[in-house]
Amino acid sequence: MPAPIRLRELIRTIRTARTQAEEREMIQKECAAIRSSFREEDNTYRCRNVAKLLYMHMLGYPAHFGQLECLKLIASQKFTDKRIGYLGAMLLLDERQDVHLLMTNCIKNDLNHSTQYVQGLALCTLGCMGSSEMCRDLAGEVEKLLKTSNSYLRKKAALCAVHVIRKVPELMEMFLPATKNLLSEKNHGVLHTSVVLLTEMCERSPDMLLHFRKLVPQLVRILKNLIMSGYSPEHDVSGISDPFLQVRILRLLRILGRSDDDSSEAMNDILAQVATNTETSKNVGNAILYETVLTIMDIKSESGLRVLAINILGRFLLNNDKNIRYVALTSLLKTVQTDHNAVQRHRSTIVDCLKDLDVSIKRRAMELSFALVNGNNIRGMMKELLYFLDSCDPEFKADCASGVFLAAEKYAPSKRWHIDTIMRVLTTAGSYVRDDSVPNLIQLITNSVEMHAYTVQRLYKALLDDISQQPLVQVSSWCIGEYGDLLVSGQCEEEEPIQVTEDEVLDVLEGLLVSNLSTPVTRGYSLTAIMKLSTRFSSVNRIKKVVSIYGSSIDVELQQRAVEYNALFKKYDHMRPALLERMPIMEKTASNGPTEIMQTNGETEPSVPDTKHLPLVTQPANQANDLLDLLGGNDVMPVIQTTLPTKPASAGGELLDLLGDLSLTGGPTVVPAPAPSVPVSQPPFLLDGLSSQPLFNDTSAAIPPMTAYSKNGLKIEFTFERANPNPNIAVITIHATNTTEADMTEFVFQAAVPKTFQLQLLSPSSNIVPALNQGSVTQVIRVLNPQKQQLRMRVKLTYTHKGSPVQDLAEVNNFPPQSWQ
Amino acid sequence: MLRFLLLFSRQGKLRLQKWFTPVTEREKKKVIREMTLMVLARPPRSCNFLHWRDLKIVYKRYASLYFCCGLEDQDNELLTLEVLHRYVELLDKYFGNVCELDIIFNFEKAYFILDEFLMGGEILETSKTAVGIAMEEAETLQEVTPPPPPPPLTHTHGHLSLTHLPKYVNMFSVLFTDNGGVYE
Repeated sequence: MPAPIRLRELIRTIRTARTQAEEREMIQKECAAIRSSFREEDNTYRCRNVAKLLYMHMLGYPAHFGQLECLKLIASQKFTDKRIGYLGAMLLLDERQDVHLLMTNCIKNDLNHSTQYVQGLALCTLGCMGSSEMCRDLAGEVEKLLKTSNSYLRKKAALCAVHVIRKVPELMEMFLPATKNLLSEKNHGVLHTSVVLLTEMCERSPDMLLHFRKLVPQLVRILKNLIMSGYSPEHDVSGISDPFLQVRILRLLRILGRSDDDSSEAMNDILAQVATNTETSKNVGNAILYETVLTIMDIKSESGLRVLAINILGRFLLNNDKNIRYVALTSLLKTVQTDHNAVQRHRSTIVDCLKDLDVSIKRRAMELSFALVNGNNIRGMMKELLYFLDSCDPEFKADCASGVFLAAEKYAPSKRWHIDTIMRVLTTAGSYVRDDSVPNLIQLITNSVEMHAYTVQRLYKALLDDISQQPLVQVSSWCIGEYGDLLVSGQCEEEEPIQVTEDEVLDVLEGLLVSNLSTPVTRGYSLTAIMKLSTRFSSVNRIKKVVSIYGSSIDVELQQRAVEYNALFKKYDHMRPALLERMPIMEKTASNGPTEIMQTNGETEPSVPDTKHLPLVTQPANQANDLLDLLGGNDVMPVIQTTLPTKPASAGGELLDLLGDLSLTGGPTVVPAPAPSVPVSQPPFLLDGLSSQPLFNDTSAAIPPMTAYSKNGLKIEFTFERANPNPNIAVITIHATNTTEADMTEFVFQAAVPKTFQLQLLSPSSNIVPALNQGSVTQVIRVLNPQKQQLRMRVKLTYTHKGSPVQDLAEVNNFPPQSWQ
Repeated sequence: MLRFLLLFSRQGKLRLQKWFTPVTEREKKKVIREMTLMVLARPPRSCNFLHWRDLKIVYKRYASLYFCCGLEDQDNELLTLEVLHRYVELLDKYFGNVCELDIIFNFEKAYFILDEFLMGGEILETSKTAVGIAMEEAETLQEVTPPPPPPPLTHTHGHLSLTHLPKYVNMFSVLFTDNGGVYE
């Protein structure tokens, strides 16, 4: 068999292919040749074949059949073989394949090889892709090499140790003795990797952190030497000596100085020195300054130093280099919470960055601007931000609109300003606003009673201009429906009143109904608005006509509404005025309500999360999983409990909060109910319960209560109600009482239902069931039963009684038929 | 630490990939595709930093090659630009005026150099000369395979005809290094 073609020749050949198909053909041919060569166990050319295979792998073709060959190469005695073998292992293998464990023995032998380059190969491979098992087996060898005097091996061993610690943190202790004199090395490679190793250990273990704090003086000295030392050709980068090492030391100092006054004091001088003396004309110098600023802001530095740091960031903001501006904005974003006032001083520069051409910078500037908005600067900032909203790319509009809403809600100087601002957003970025902005705005308008006339007038005018922006149209039609009488009467204190007739208003609303631009939801809004005007306007006949036309609409939603409104005209005309009355002021349950911190089921108030993105259903996840595990149920749906995101209490705009809200799909909203008896297109039913609307008791068909559980002195009773407006929802209130003489504390009630149902558990009244029936714990469960199947439930109860924890599982099957029919 | 380092051309062809965490093949392909799309879409004089998932992406263009890496939150982006620059300098020193073709035809050497400079996502060696020295010394250890036998010459009229000597008339000839061509 002729010798396999050489690597370079293969590369050349493949590059001559003119089409993808041609290339594939060549590759397949070559793969076949390589495969047969592998089968023949050809030692001489194995290396060449694997190298070719690696090339083809890079082009995107499968190369898994070469994995074992890599292992054979590693086991070979030839250095060339080993080199390619290890490279192949790093490219083709990872800890997912069992094959990789076969390498362990080879690596072990190579770690003890006589040639340092072979040892280096082994360390490199282990340090790049070693799995936890391999690391456990070979940690001892790595530790040995960490103590060698050969700096080439020592630096590799240090980074290999870092990898081992990352994979198997328990092995950290093992490397402690070897770190003793790592920092006294002269070799920069060893120094750098040692600092990385120390950093890794300190980050992972508070004990290690305490232990290594004593190294601060030594680190300061090394850093000082680097700065003061003369020119060293091998480490110099644009006049700075070994910037990589400098930055790494600064980072370790940051970790050591955090929350420790003494260490922070020890580094104050050197930080000030670096901050003032570093050359800033090139990127290198700025990289060091950047790290210095981050360190200063993170440790307990004196205030003078902090001001210096912020000023450096301020100078960065004015730098011509985009990268530096970006980095400055990012750092300011990190520090805006803690040093709010200092950052405020640079507000105008930050706002100017909104006009930057670069997309990354614009985004950062926008985030930072929102963080800087406060009661004092709201008017000015909002002007800039609205201008930005007008002119920015679509990818920003949604975030910006949300940010504006939140900022306006927090700091609006007056209601009129607030409404104007929201209207401006709706007119400029209407199609990008979040779905819940419509209900929020409606609630806001309802609550600002004195502004009704002004608002409806402005909205009407906006409608005349443009009916394409759906959120705006929806809000406008709602308002006209509610306050149409004010519009027509021409009373308005704030502005020049306009003359509008009833017919004109109805024309506009009917126009919405027929327009192609209106979505079904919008049509629903306008139909309802027209209906409401029947009690506020005098031209009832016209309204009756419109409503009856839509009684045969193709859109089921519209048809249902129209038919029900028709019924209102005909059979229930006496109820019409009462039903279509003005909406009362709604209670605010918006997601940023500062006081509503609802307790989750049995858990104490969750500590302010550092991850400010709080998706709606994460916290009870482990509880639900426990329940599922216990019940082993694949036919059981987990409990969906609701938690309100707690508002992290910090000044100056929770920026991440703003963005966190964006990921909440269907956050708690207040559903505007234009006419209580008409089913409105609903947000997911599960969130209905969060608004404080009273549930209508269906007194005409009372469902008898039942005892669901009674054991060991704990008795749980279920009482039932039907929830309006959805008759498929049964509302169960549990009452837990305790007949024993000791309280049951930490009482947690969990429930699971079969798949066809949906369950929602609201928060309990408390988690202590007092002894001797002195009181009870109540909790509301809502069950959606669209298929009207027989209700079954499994419950899990946990509590502590007389000091010992008690857990029990039970099935509840004796539901009265009325509860689910 | 760096999570990955990718080199790709203006047409999106991958020239080098180094992953510092275990990643499935499928995920690798996905990341490569997204990186190439994102980076190649950037207008010429933009900022070199991007945000993607929970990583910071730093990229820099050198001639026809894009160097792109993913960083964790704690890492210093400006310094990473220096890291990329240092790697290019090392390649340049080794290959002498490096160009994309060098990296295509000698990709395994590019990997070896990278492995002497970075390990596990961290910088291994900060000295400019140490990496070059290590590479040179390692090359001396490489066993040279016997050169291929020359093709037989045909004799016409008793003279040595030179017409059948192999002629490397392609434009890549200038790039073949003369170190014994171990893997060829």
